[in-house]
Amino acid sequence: MVNSEASEVKIKAREVTVHYGEARALHGIDLDLNANEVTALIGPSGCGKSTFLRCINRMNDVIEGCRVGGAVSIDDQNIYSDEIDVVELRARVGMVFQKPNPFPKSIYDNVAYGPRIHGMAPSRAQLDAVVEASLKRAGLWEEVKDRLDAPGTGLSGGQQQRLCIARAIAVNPAIVLMDEPCSALDPIATAVIEELIEELRRDYTIVIVTHSMQQAARISQRTAYFHLGNLVEHGPTQAIFTKPENQQTEAYISGKIG
Amino acid sequence: MSLSFLFFCLLGLGIFSFLFGRRRIRALSAASATQGIKQHSRDIYHGSFVAVCAVLVPLVALLAWTGVSPLIIDAMLEDFLRSQSPDLSVGELGVLMAKVKAYYVGSLPNSFANDLMRDGSDYFAAMVDNSAMARATIVILLSVSGAAYGLRLLAPRFTARPMVEQIFEYVMIAASAIAILTTIGIVLSLIFETIRFFDKVPFLEFLFGLSWSPQIAIREDQVGGSGTFGAIPLFAGTLMITFIAMLVAVPVGLMSAVYLSEYANPRLRGIAKPAIEILAGIPTVVYGFFAALMVAPFLRDSGAEIGLTLSSESALAAGLVMGIMIIPFISSLSDDVINAVPQTLRDGAAALGATQSETIRQVVLPAALPGIVSAILLAISRAIGETMIVVMAAGVAANLTANPFESVTTVTVQIVMLLVGDQEFDSAKTLAAFALGLVLFFITLMLNVLALYVVNRFREQYD
Amino acid sequence: MTDYSDPQYRAARLKKRYRAERRFRAYGLAAVLSAALILVFLLSSIIYSSLPAFSHHHVRLDIEVSSDYVSAEAPADGNYLGMVRAALRQQFPEVTARSDKRALYQILSIGAYDDIQKRVIADPSLIGSTMSLYVPLSDDIDLMLKGLIDRNLPESERIVSDRDLQFVDKLLSEERIRSQFAIALFTNGDSREPEMAGIRGALSGSLLTLVVTLIVSFPLGVLAAIYLEEVAPKNRFTALIEVNINNLAAVPSIVYGLLGLAVFINFFSMPRSAPLVGGLVLALMTLPTIIIATRAALSAIPPSIREAAMGVGASRFQVIMHHVLPLAMPGILTGTIIGLAQAAGETAPLLMIGMMAFIVDVPGDVTAKATVLPAQIYMWANNPERAFVARTSAGIVILLTLLLVVNATAIYFRRRFEKRW
Repeated sequence: MVNSEASEVKIKAREVTVHYGEARALHGIDLDLNANEVTALIGPSGCGKSTFLRCINRMNDVIEGCRVGGAVSIDDQNIYSDEIDVVELRARVGMVFQKPNPFPKSIYDNVAYGPRIHGMAPSRAQLDAVVEASLKRAGLWEEVKDRLDAPGTGLSGGQQQRLCIARAIAVNPAIVLMDEPCSALDPIATAVIEELIEELRRDYTIVIVTHSMQQAARISQRTAYFHLGNLVEHGPTQAIFTKPENQQTEAYISGKIG
Repeated sequence: MSLSFLFFCLLGLGIFSFLFGRRRIRALSAASATQGIKQHSRDIYHGSFVAVCAVLVPLVALLAWTGVSPLIIDAMLEDFLRSQSPDLSVGELGVLMAKVKAYYVGSLPNSFANDLMRDGSDYFAAMVDNSAMARATIVILLSVSGAAYGLRLLAPRFTARPMVEQIFEYVMIAASAIAILTTIGIVLSLIFETIRFFDKVPFLEFLFGLSWSPQIAIREDQVGGSGTFGAIPLFAGTLMITFIAMLVAVPVGLMSAVYLSEYANPRLRGIAKPAIEILAGIPTVVYGFFAALMVAPFLRDSGAEIGLTLSSESALAAGLVMGIMIIPFISSLSDDVINAVPQTLRDGAAALGATQSETIRQVVLPAALPGIVSAILLAISRAIGETMIVVMAAGVAANLTANPFESVTTVTVQIVMLLVGDQEFDSAKTLAAFALGLVLFFITLMLNVLALYVVNRFREQYD
Repeated sequence: MTDYSDPQYRAARLKKRYRAERRFRAYGLAAVLSAALILVFLLSSIIYSSLPAFSHHHVRLDIEVSSDYVSAEAPADGNYLGMVRAALRQQFPEVTARSDKRALYQILSIGAYDDIQKRVIADPSLIGSTMSLYVPLSDDIDLMLKGLIDRNLPESERIVSDRDLQFVDKLLSEERIRSQFAIALFTNGDSREPEMAGIRGALSGSLLTLVVTLIVSFPLGVLAAIYLEEVAPKNRFTALIEVNINNLAAVPSIVYGLLGLAVFINFFSMPRSAPLVGGLVLALMTLPTIIIATRAALSAIPPSIREAAMGVGASRFQVIMHHVLPLAMPGILTGTIIGLAQAAGETAPLLMIGMMAFIVDVPGDVTAKATVLPAQIYMWANNPERAFVARTSAGIVILLTLLLVVNATAIYFRRRFEKRW
């Protein structure tokens, strides 16, 4: 039980359901996610963990035929209510994807893209500062500071992913969502990203979907286990991994299903 | 026996040989099965072998005969006419030959023909008949003897399958080589005539001359048979019409592709995409009619309303309609490249809080740019080579002007004008058409190669 | 103060961004709508202008098939025109002057005697009887009756003279004039007279040309595609072929016409204007389309099918003939049909090889002189008579209908037989 009492709840999901056309992908999820913690979402393929993640910044809106029910609140404000503007919401909730997806632009423009569209840094000097700060936070500054004009697609896989993290935190979000950010990377690049996540936890609330249970155990404070669109178990990572209450969870963690 | 009838006879013989060969191998195998001899190939291969024997050689003979016999008949007709009236000059002989053939096909009325022509025509008719008879005899004899040869080879241990497969492979290689032959044919036929054209007209005058007025040349020795051949007005006219067409087609085509692939719901897409495909399937002669008889008069009249003088063959009308023709071309090519941009890039931008149009304008379109550039290059190549719209709606006279309301002419219009009708094949006028054709071929080839290069780099990026 | 933490600034900026969003979206919708509108306008204006060509005004005449004009021994040599004119004169006994008679004859079509001629030749026993038949009026009178020529204009500004008007009005008052379906449009060959001009010659010319195209391009295209996709080693020769095919697909069609003119007609002395040459030129043009479509269909078949067949001991050719080709056939046929539809609408290369001859008869063989439907449309479009505008539009409507049917067949094939792997 790591300081769970002290943490305040950042994201509150209540009765969240998701339909893709006729098919139901999530069956009423109730889940609280704490600020300044890393929460890992685990479960077998197709269990709905990525779908749940995409509910938090309303990325499911993009998908045709996708309907979301229930409520997701950030700082006690329902993000599915009419007053919420999805564009502003996404400036508060950043996201990093499975496959590094730098825009076909320079490294600088990749990071500057978010601040530019939101008008966060009106002057060039401010923008330069944001870019430098973000790249530093993402641990990429030293590697790219001499070639900010080089295309982002020219970096290595691990560097690209850190560039995407820099791009996400450049708009100064409160929450960062990560959808299997290391699945396309080699073990060394993965280690670098994991360290970075541990760093970022101090300033951001992080929700990460991962296939690797070792990774979940290494980096997260809390873990939620999803199965067939249901939240099966949720609790402090240590507890989940050492004495899971649910049989399904145990079977998955010990490698019997998955 | 007519060519098509003979062709179908040969086809029939082939099928017959196949069936016969298959029957024969079955009989042979049944007889030798008692001696424990196992058949090497399946019946169908034996049948195919006999059919190939019956068809392949006669087919080549048929094509060769059809290609070569007119040359021989021409030579024989020439000898005949010379023997009938020995004092003809070469030029007169050529004209006479043409008239004899015209009389033969019935396009020269009886009252215009003299006895020599009538005799020549009779002789020509006899030769054509003889040739057709001989062709039919040879082809059928070859086919029957080929089938007989094939049948004799059949035996249970005969290796029909590898044989047929080997022949099949050679036929396939020959079929593939047609593509190369066509290119060689295009290049050679254009280059030879162009070289002959530059014997008559200086190269620099053609490429940089500002005046184009080929006189009507009925015969080679006619006075004033050659005009001026400065092609700049044609190039300028082609460029102007192409430019107008692109002004219409690029924004409309590109924006519809964007809207249909990024915004439209499946129902609208289901209606709009086939509609655009229909637009692409409309023959160009229809667009030409539309331009010449509907758009051009409309533009002229509405121009007159506001005090503008538009030619009824204005570059504007031809260009606008050509642009309409190009819209589906641009839209379907752009649609392909826009869809090839990975969804992860769109998600990346959306997750940063970009609106949909910001995502499209700042991420999707820049990523798809090489593909879009390539589509535009191909569209330009299309527009430059397009013929019917300009033949019907643009002018014939070569004006060097920058005013889109005036009439201009294009390279393709002039090629058609120079070659339609009866012309002596060697005049500068007809040869000029081939020189223009070579320019056209060269420019479109360059554009296509460039487009292919650009799009391949795009593909490498996202595959 | 431009500060992101200022909510007013943020709201204003957001509003601006959403305005840009709506604007962009509107541009896209406008583009789609304008493309659709153009299509609707193009089709409807052509269909509208074609309508007059599908009907024609005829006048009922009581034609006396007298032996003055035709003999039972040689019915084909009869003076049928005289017979019809005599029947028309009967309606106007007051017309006696030579010039008036000639003006009277002008209200009839040149082809007014076709019907009676055919009937009498088919059945010479009609000689001596009187037949009541509808014969076509001239194109100008027809246009006026359809209201396309305003009869209220002063005489000097309209094609139909006042005298013609009187003739027609008399016939109208006797209820002898009626509008009929213009069957001539489908049964006749070309003619200088719009009301007699039909598409039959051009249609059969198109058919013969396309048969040649199909016979040449389909086997060659499919064989070449199989070779390149399934058999050929990857070497310089095959790379050269592939580059060639890609470039040939984008060569302007008129260049193929020049090739046909230089090679088939001038070098091999093949007949001008013949479906054989036209078909060969279109076959060379269609070949890249068929090869590319066939290769796409072949490469869409998963390798597992080939491996499975090889695994049970099939030879490479058996794999192709028994498994790959049958599975790829829907795609191949679709590509071929689309290629043929393109060829069927092609005009420019055929102009080069003279396939725009004035053909009255139906061509009998691939070496006879012929024209094709698009070239016929082009020639009609060049005719100055007003009635030819409707004729041309009608030709286009027929051509588009045929192409639509052909393309719909292709789409049906694709939907019906296409497998997704």
